[in-house]
Amino acid sequence: MIALIVVVAVLAVGTYLFRLTGVVLAGRFTLPASLQRLLPLATVALLGALAVTAALTEAGRAAGVARPAGVLVGVILAWRRAPFAVVVVAAAATAAGLRLLGVP
Amino acid sequence: MRRGWRTIDRGLLRDAAAIGVAIFAIGVSFGAIAAAAGLPTWAVVAMSVLVFAGGAQFLAVGLVAAGSPVGAVVGGLLLNARHLPFGFTVAEVVGSRWPARLLGSHLMVDEAVAFALAQPSPQRRRTAYWLAGATVFVVWNVGTGVGIALGAAADPAVLGLDAAFPAGLLALLAPSLGDPAARRVAVVGAGVALLTTPVLPAGVPVLLALSGLVVAGRVRSRPGGREEPE
Repeated sequence: MIALIVVVAVLAVGTYLFRLTGVVLAGRFTLPASLQRLLPLATVALLGALAVTAALTEAGRAAGVARPAGVLVGVILAWRRAPFAVVVVAAAATAAGLRLLGVP
Repeated sequence: MRRGWRTIDRGLLRDAAAIGVAIFAIGVSFGAIAAAAGLPTWAVVAMSVLVFAGGAQFLAVGLVAAGSPVGAVVGGLLLNARHLPFGFTVAEVVGSRWPARLLGSHLMVDEAVAFALAQPSPQRRRTAYWLAGATVFVVWNVGTGVGIALGAAADPAVLGLDAAFPAGLLALLAPSLGDPAARRVAVVGAGVALLTTPVLPAGVPVLLALSGLVVAGRVRSRPGGREEPE
């Protein structure tokens, strides 16, 4: 119980401080142009890695077949400029359909 | 603010609504998984309202259920450290007034950052960020509540929801990946994160994706931007 309160509180405060620190520091000083150019790239790298690891791994191991297949369908649709809702629904439906057929 | 809202075009609204529907479904799956893992309702709700970071929440629930509260905190914080560079990226979008900074920081979720980054003008970036951030906050928390109520009845794997989050995030990133430098950095970063996932503690691999910046090179940083040497 106490442990759980501490887990939630530390995660909440720590996450908020990460979020606020960047916003506040960016207003305090101007980053050199080279670093400013890298920031959007760093953001893309982090978000891309988050998406790819979430697509392909589960608790440090491979995530089976259905989930990556669903994400692949979504990526192809996104690449063909399908609307966001179509991408997400198709990805979920593919993964769900494959599992219905017994694919892990 | 009123002028800002009047300039919201239908495309932004439609995309934000679609993001909302997807995040609602993932929120339902979070609430259901957390309840099934035996976490008390107050802890699940508090996580969604106060931590408000899906990836870290799933990670924390899994590690708490596995009897590792320290792992949950360390892993969750490592995974959420990415919000520090995100803050620099969206600072201009959030604005310089303190109420906006304090609120806008809490709404800094992956979808809002990616959605804002994909917009061509500062005005649209601002609208996209606040619209997506506020929408995600509401639907994530309502979804969490619904998931707790449904409990084991809402199995995210059966609905394929575990594929929805990565697919949606990649779709939001697609416009930013039109830039060759961004594409190179993303591919190398994701590769490093993927290869290190089996051997490093949770949260670390995603941060290592920053190593992809070594291939940022000296090409244009935005579509239409000028070539500039590093």
